[in-house]
Amino acid sequence: MALLQISEPGQSTAPHYHRLAVGIDLGTTNSLVACVRSGIADTLPDGEGRHLLPSVVRYLKGSDPLVGDEALAAAAEDPLNTIASVKRLMGRGIKDVKRLGGALPYEFAPGESGMPRIRTAAGLWSPVEVSAEILRSLKRRAEATLGGDLTGAVITVPAYFDDAQRQATKDAGRLAGLTVLRLLNEPTAAAVAYGLDKKAEGVFAIYDLGGGTFDISILRLNRGVFEVLATAGDSALGGDDMDHAIADWMLRQAGVEVSADPHGARRALRDARAAKHALSQDEEAAVRVTRPDGSIWQGRLTRGEFQALVDPIIERTVAPCRRVLRDAGITAFDISEVVLVGGSTRMPRVRERAAAVFGRTPLTDIDPDRVVAIGAAIQADILAGNKPQDEMLLLDVIPLSLGIEIMGGMVEKIIARNSTIPIAKAQDFTTFKDGQTAMAIHVVQGERELVADCRSLARFELRGIPPMVAGAGRIRVTFQIDADGLLSVSAQEQTSGVASSVVVKPSYGLSDAEIERMLRDSIAHAHEDNDARNLREQQVEADRVLAAVESALAADGTALLSPAERRGIEQELARLRSLRDGTDVARIRDGISALDRATREFAARRMNEGINKALAGHRLDEFG
Amino acid sequence: MQANVEKNFFELFGLPVGFNLDTADLAARYRALQRQFHPDRYANATDPERRLSLQITAQINQGFQTLKEPLSRGRYLLALQGVNTDEETDTRMDPDFLVEQMELRESLDEARCSAQRGERLARLARETDALLRARTGALGSSLAGGDPEGLRRARELVREMQFLKKLAREIEELGEVD
Repeated sequence: MALLQISEPGQSTAPHYHRLAVGIDLGTTNSLVACVRSGIADTLPDGEGRHLLPSVVRYLKGSDPLVGDEALAAAAEDPLNTIASVKRLMGRGIKDVKRLGGALPYEFAPGESGMPRIRTAAGLWSPVEVSAEILRSLKRRAEATLGGDLTGAVITVPAYFDDAQRQATKDAGRLAGLTVLRLLNEPTAAAVAYGLDKKAEGVFAIYDLGGGTFDISILRLNRGVFEVLATAGDSALGGDDMDHAIADWMLRQAGVEVSADPHGARRALRDARAAKHALSQDEEAAVRVTRPDGSIWQGRLTRGEFQALVDPIIERTVAPCRRVLRDAGITAFDISEVVLVGGSTRMPRVRERAAAVFGRTPLTDIDPDRVVAIGAAIQADILAGNKPQDEMLLLDVIPLSLGIEIMGGMVEKIIARNSTIPIAKAQDFTTFKDGQTAMAIHVVQGERELVADCRSLARFELRGIPPMVAGAGRIRVTFQIDADGLLSVSAQEQTSGVASSVVVKPSYGLSDAEIERMLRDSIAHAHEDNDARNLREQQVEADRVLAAVESALAADGTALLSPAERRGIEQELARLRSLRDGTDVARIRDGISALDRATREFAARRMNEGINKALAGHRLDEFG
Repeated sequence: MQANVEKNFFELFGLPVGFNLDTADLAARYRALQRQFHPDRYANATDPERRLSLQITAQINQGFQTLKEPLSRGRYLLALQGVNTDEETDTRMDPDFLVEQMELRESLDEARCSAQRGERLARLARETDALLRARTGALGSSLAGGDPEGLRRARELVREMQFLKKLAREIEELGEVD
């Protein structure tokens, strides 16, 4: 709705309308959606006043899947069709999933591109599709509450997610029909919510222990700039592990073999979680297990026993805390505040440990379940263009080093962990055989020296290198990481100019063809006409481009363009404006490209002005 | 036309080319440039501007990374003058320096197995840091003149600092295991 206002022919950029943009915390256990309304960011409840949407999807034969509380209620009775904690499977391959092993009661089938699929009564589903169901449900909630189509969403991810996990999350957003404005790191989102709330300055540690992931990030706040100094963590560590430890203990006490009984395992998990929650206040909790033969074991879990079970898990957060301090080049003494995020930080034991590591009492005054979604909503509001004058800026980092495989199965690191993004880096490699005409490039992510110990992200080949003696061919490999933390790699042979480039499609991700097919399927599912949808998307894109060029012309058209140059751009503007109201998708696309070409020189001049402006203003303001 | 991303890092930050700089000033300039060019500022801009914003921010980030540490700053200054430090390929080092390195490595091994491990690692960390600081000072004066002898000495210092940095990192990592 709002978008159409700026596309009225002849109307110039209207700065006073509000684009609907939301922040989404896609969690392991629960998910939330938040939005800034009248300057205040808050999470949006469903029709029954519930803010948290359990991240659970139940697939039913012959009808739409259920998401949230209804799905969760059926988890124990229908475990194989009810998918919980799917976030732990995002961007993972079959092998990783097997390692998670008995922890997951589902049946897996291999997918087309190494991504596992979960077998349900309604067919096979990839983790990306399951996540898309959750996102779709939040999108519907937001559109119903806000009364209009969403312009876009910021989706949060654990800071420690690797490229494959990030790509999978972005794909899920796309499948859910969301325009993903940005993937934002969860601790950074939490820092935004706290920092803006308290107008804080100084160094923050964000300790984020959720259902399935642990992140620790160090940020410096300085006049609205949130600069992530370092981040560390474990993308497979969280409250889920505690539930499993307790459930295993219960089943062991009852003498039940876990793998033999998926229903029992699921019930035990549910009861284990309840016991964990109770033990945050109580000294002991009553637990019971119904054995497969129907007999019942009853017992008690004391706080002492409970702590013995969870302490080893909590202890695993300490090493990343130490490492992040070293990477940030600070000591615990330099930290002004510690912020706790994530449901698991409600546990007194976790709070004690975090306080001990950093030597101060942590802040918990914003609801740890909601703080991430609130921070994401603030960022979404800015990215949607609702606050053009806002001073807030986030400078985030890449959590894990990126490199490529070299001889002997070793890794050559190209971008170090904790480098601020976006970043680009190039490195030259030489051919090692006479007459070599192709070179295979294997991109990996991780800190270890051997390829086998790192995560394989992608493989591609540079072909058509002219034959030369060994060592004469020089191949420059360029890694580019964008503001979402997503990687693209290109390679070019320097003497011949032969080039090859890939947007990294992770080894365990979805292929473009798969995403296309899923999109088509889900559109068919929603009884929507594919062509009409394509046209609408292209029109929205045209509107965005038209508005951007109009506002650039209004700002700098007179100062930076000759009258003739300005007329050239205005002609393309007028042409796209009229194409936009037609129905020819291809011609609208061409019109966008033509306007893009016509404004390149203008863009470069504006950027050069910007360099002078940034530093000139800076000298005046800060150095007199 | 390209925007001015071909400037060297000092020019990009509006600073004179030279080893001595105020890191707080550098950080303030970095933030000012980020405020101007970060992709978040161009979320609703034209596509060519968005591409340039990505390109320039990448440059700003790499520049800040390079200039803020004395070692990488020194290496970069040498590269601007056409001197390659060849840490990967040229393994020849001053024999006195190598002897000193071997002694430090031996102390590290002893500290690792010692009963006063924490204390000895801390002492070793202080010694390494002092050696690094001394070389950082010498690097500044060697680079100042720009004469061939100064550059040769600067290259040697950068290569030695690389060794010491690596040692310092290993000491820290050992310290964390406790």
